[in-house]
Amino acid sequence: MNAIEMRHVSFAYGSAKNGPTAKKALDDISLAVESGGITGLIGHTGSGKSTLVQMINGLLKPDEGEVLLDGVNIWAEPKKIRQFRFKAGLVMQYPEYQLFAETVAEDIAFGPKNMGLEKDELDRRVREAARFAGLADDLLQKSPFDLSGGQKRRAALAGVIAMRPKILILDEPAAGLDPAGRRDILGGIKRFSRESGTTVLIVSHSMEDMAMYCDDIIVMAHAKILMHKPTAEVFSDWEQLASVGLDVPLITRVAAALIENGVDIGRDVYTVDYAVGKVRELLGENPES
Amino acid sequence: MKPIIKAENLVFTYPGDEEQKPVKALDGVSFEIPEGSFTAILGHNGSGKSTLAKLLCLINLPDRGRLWIDGREMTADDVTEAEILAARREVGMVFQNPDNQIVATIVEEDVAFGCENLGLPPAEIRRRVDEALADVGMTEFARNPSYKLSGGQKQHVAIAGTIAMRRRCVIFDESTAMLDPVGRREVMDIIEKLNHEEGITVLIITHHMNEAARADRILVMNGGRIIADGSPSAVFGEPERMWEAGLDVPQTTEFAYKLRELGIKVPLDLFDPADCAEAVAKAVLEKRGGARREAGS
Repeated sequence: MNAIEMRHVSFAYGSAKNGPTAKKALDDISLAVESGGITGLIGHTGSGKSTLVQMINGLLKPDEGEVLLDGVNIWAEPKKIRQFRFKAGLVMQYPEYQLFAETVAEDIAFGPKNMGLEKDELDRRVREAARFAGLADDLLQKSPFDLSGGQKRRAALAGVIAMRPKILILDEPAAGLDPAGRRDILGGIKRFSRESGTTVLIVSHSMEDMAMYCDDIIVMAHAKILMHKPTAEVFSDWEQLASVGLDVPLITRVAAALIENGVDIGRDVYTVDYAVGKVRELLGENPES
Repeated sequence: MKPIIKAENLVFTYPGDEEQKPVKALDGVSFEIPEGSFTAILGHNGSGKSTLAKLLCLINLPDRGRLWIDGREMTADDVTEAEILAARREVGMVFQNPDNQIVATIVEEDVAFGCENLGLPPAEIRRRVDEALADVGMTEFARNPSYKLSGGQKQHVAIAGTIAMRRRCVIFDESTAMLDPVGRREVMDIIEKLNHEEGITVLIITHHMNEAARADRILVMNGGRIIADGSPSAVFGEPERMWEAGLDVPQTTEFAYKLRELGIKVPLDLFDPADCAEAVAKAVLEKRGGARREAGS
């Protein structure tokens, strides 16, 4: 079953709804995201990514069309919208600015507590979420403000994981982190998705990160979906990505130039290791050896 | 060229309290920044980069060590407040978050803010603001409300503010981190233009290795010390050291490094994808030709 489905969704913000300056933030969007994978969402600033994300967890209501989570229209009974907000957990940009509690454990417990969970289950959830986010046990009783930047980011992520969302949506989860910090948090998200079967949607400008961690990618441009394909196919279409102001990973540009230089490495190169493997094949070596 | 900044054995510790131990952020840092140079500072989070930037802008003073700005020692016993203020006007900083550094509601008023604080005559401010906005390509936005700008445009305005103040050295502390690829490229182009055309000394702190590769020189920090100092070719030419410090190298370098392990001899320092591809193509075609000749003989 599709974890997320949209059927002909359109939306415009307040003042842009009508009149001569009417401009849609989402224009007749239809998409289907399968359950259990990691999907990337890319697009230039203002392409409609954030609007789309807020549509999925019911923070915004479509002007036209339907949003379905696990096959259920989330606006069928508007009074029950809250349950869908727990179902699709959203980790905003720079979530560490939203930490507030006395201890890390209390901060992580805040969401599940609001869901009405009691002590034992609450404790279990906090420990499980901390483990997925890669936070050591001894950090749980510290003040969140004593953590490093990367640890704070992971504490904020744990707070959303503790609500056990069926769908986890992350807006620029690795922004501002150093390379090791990026690998820690994105690797943790991948492990969490694989072990728990949670569907993950990541919004990011980092093409290198998207190439490393996503199974498939949705490309947005001008309030519409330009393409939604497996990661390799998206990056192999670098001309179209460039036409809407997006980059491809540096290694993909190297591959493009290699083809021009008469080395047919293929258009679907998007990680360094894959490129190295292709070169070995070209030289007639067995990449497994 | 004479150094605009000279640092000798800088040490800085953030004081602790009852709960928190003191943190030694800089542990003996020495270097010279020649006027008109373009330097990138790399290091993982917590390696001391931003602490160093704050010392160079004289937001903080070092606990130990000596610091000269434009030839005058800021750590000397007889330094006056007026001299420190004068040095602060020479070295400025552009921060990471565009929303945290716009102070006025109209673009040109924001650019003028620093000049007004310098007490310049209004006609001079007008001239400088117009020039600075033209330099960053934002003239048509002069009278626009600043809150309506994109993140990248806000960074352009912040840079215009430092240009208008005629700063001789600007430190960019992860100024592209919150921008999309187009905004990032545009801000990097402006930084490069400031350096190449206006001769302004530039230091960039970044996590993007491709951006660092555009500088003349890279300083790598780890544990409050400088662990590497050299041209991008020299610094990225030793990928192992970068990986050990929790950092990356450009993908072109990583690709070349892994090809060298296969016996394909390509240089590690071709950061432009076209240059890298040309060298790899040549080496691969040669190697393949060689293998065929062997098979045929």
